[in-house]
Amino acid sequence: MLKALFGHLTPAASHRGWPRVAAAADTWRGIGEALREGKLDLLGLWGDTAAVHCALYEPSTRQFAGASIDVPDGKAPSLAVFHAPASRLERTIHDLYGIDFHALPDPRPWLDHGCWPNRHPLADQPRPRSPLPPYRFLGAEGPSLHQIAVGPVHAGIIEPGHFRFAASGETVVRLEERLGYTHKGIEKLLRGRPLDEAARIAARTSGDSTVAYSLVFALAAEAALEFEPPPRAVWLRAVMAELERIANHLGDIGAICNDASFSMMHAECAILREEALRACSVAFGHRLMMDRIVPGGVAADLEPAGREAILSFTGKLRRQFPELIELYDHTASLQDRTVGTGVVTAALAAEFAAPGYVGRASGRSFDARTCRPYAPYDLAPIEIVVRPEGDVDARVWVRIREIQHSAAWLEATLASILPAGPVRLPVIAMPAAAVEGSALVEGFRGDILAYVRIGPDLRIERCHLRDPSWFLWPLLEAAIEGNIVADFPLCNKSFNCSYSGHDL
Amino acid sequence: MRRRLFKNLVGAPCTEPVGERTVDLEAAGATLRGVIARRLGRSLAIREVDAGSCNGCELEIHALGNAFYDVERFGIRFVASPRHADVLLVTGPVTRNMREALERTYAATPAPKWVVAAGDCAAGCGVFADSYACLGAVSKVIPVDLVIRGCPPTPTDLLQGLLWLISRAEPAGANATP
Repeated sequence: MLKALFGHLTPAASHRGWPRVAAAADTWRGIGEALREGKLDLLGLWGDTAAVHCALYEPSTRQFAGASIDVPDGKAPSLAVFHAPASRLERTIHDLYGIDFHALPDPRPWLDHGCWPNRHPLADQPRPRSPLPPYRFLGAEGPSLHQIAVGPVHAGIIEPGHFRFAASGETVVRLEERLGYTHKGIEKLLRGRPLDEAARIAARTSGDSTVAYSLVFALAAEAALEFEPPPRAVWLRAVMAELERIANHLGDIGAICNDASFSMMHAECAILREEALRACSVAFGHRLMMDRIVPGGVAADLEPAGREAILSFTGKLRRQFPELIELYDHTASLQDRTVGTGVVTAALAAEFAAPGYVGRASGRSFDARTCRPYAPYDLAPIEIVVRPEGDVDARVWVRIREIQHSAAWLEATLASILPAGPVRLPVIAMPAAAVEGSALVEGFRGDILAYVRIGPDLRIERCHLRDPSWFLWPLLEAAIEGNIVADFPLCNKSFNCSYSGHDL
Repeated sequence: MRRRLFKNLVGAPCTEPVGERTVDLEAAGATLRGVIARRLGRSLAIREVDAGSCNGCELEIHALGNAFYDVERFGIRFVASPRHADVLLVTGPVTRNMREALERTYAATPAPKWVVAAGDCAAGCGVFADSYACLGAVSKVIPVDLVIRGCPPTPTDLLQGLLWLISRAEPAGANATP
């Protein structure tokens, strides 16, 4: 499909990572039709000064490609007309750049709540603020329906967002999310920054995925500048990424069980999570490993004491985790809550190119580490887990297995493979003109996309970071339909979408 | 499950003592300390408000509840509503989209109330401070009584800060000011 669509077009010479073509309106329409027919997956859709870019994946050939359409008059054809997952992305592009999409099915603003000083803050000329009309939630009609409004400040220690439920008694008829509360203007902050400063901002797009964000930003920037990081750094980056995955999965499995009122799993998993963070702190000098991955390599080498700390943790995990798995598997009251709850159908998972464990628990066998095996996963492949059920239980099981696979991968890597040598090299490049790079990395939550354009002065011209949550939040709305209100926390936690990563 | 419960019952707890204060705190006034202890004793109900953080601070605040830090042993607990809270623990650079929610949460908290700003963003020195979408510091929106810095502050930092807040001032000269 990609070949049929783009075969006659010449990819831009300035773009690295995968080919990016300049599309005309008819090609853009062809992309929309291919997305509608399920022949392509939409990996990202973002705005630029007088242009719209997209990133695509063809599952049948495992090929990636990008396409861009120039919109000098600020009017773009819509992909959301063909493909629902594009809707919130196009609303966002409109909010940030003021680009109008033709016949956009849902023209409501998305990230813009009417609070910023200007409208369209990323446009060349932001427009002065004008009051927005009140946000209209989608309707749900029927006898004896009631609404439950939740947020933006939630009852737990979690990020802010608004949920509007329409319920019939206990049963959720419709959930609609209203997000954007944590919008920090990251994409504008990145503009004009030198690489090291930009990396610090990118690392804070979503704190729980800080390693994955640092990695994807570094990979995209390094691809653009055709820079090869030193081999030892490549391995250390993956060690950090797997540690981050294990720590987050541990925390979330415990929290899911806690939302089913099984606090013992929560306590036990929290202990293991803390042990993981402490090992990270010893090994890399920061509990969440923030700012440890930088363009050019990693900020600090792994010393023998750090290696020992990681191996001691994985050893403990190997001994204690099976007992917790058994506890999860054999507690009928817990299974009663998780099995059959919050089902995401395989069809929806495919349509939304559901990232990470949500996709893999609904039969979508996509993992950036195997579908686009970036180093070092090309040399040391990691096993991925796919389950067909699509419920909370399946998502828990995918994460249980991922913890085990990541731990085994870490042990094998630290036992033998880790090469010697420098861990950071200066990024020296003097591009004659702007260069671009794209990268895709599997964070714990799913694939994170980065697109970076770097000017001749080595400053960021445009950087887009697409969190997996963009394609997960809409699926949560679908998963909760027909479930009881009391199961929402359970479903929500089994997705664990990032608000900050989504709101940018 | 019974085997596991029994093991935990007879095994040593993993809860750790809190060491000497190592975190730098910024308090709004020297009189702050002792007031809370006098009025509330050693019991503090905290409502956490994320005002646009990257969720890193939330991860570490969460960790306060694990068996190593076990914040509840000090009488500190996190509550679900500002109506039940003595303290608002606020994180994030206060995005413009969260401003009203933060103000309304503060208004919904009954007096006496105190505000702790946790993390570099909430302190006004995070990486997002200059953005069009952020106000930059919690103190620009509501009065702040104590600042605990860090990106993110570790659970130890947070715990030391909160314990400082509910303790009575020590005799002069003994680490009395933040």
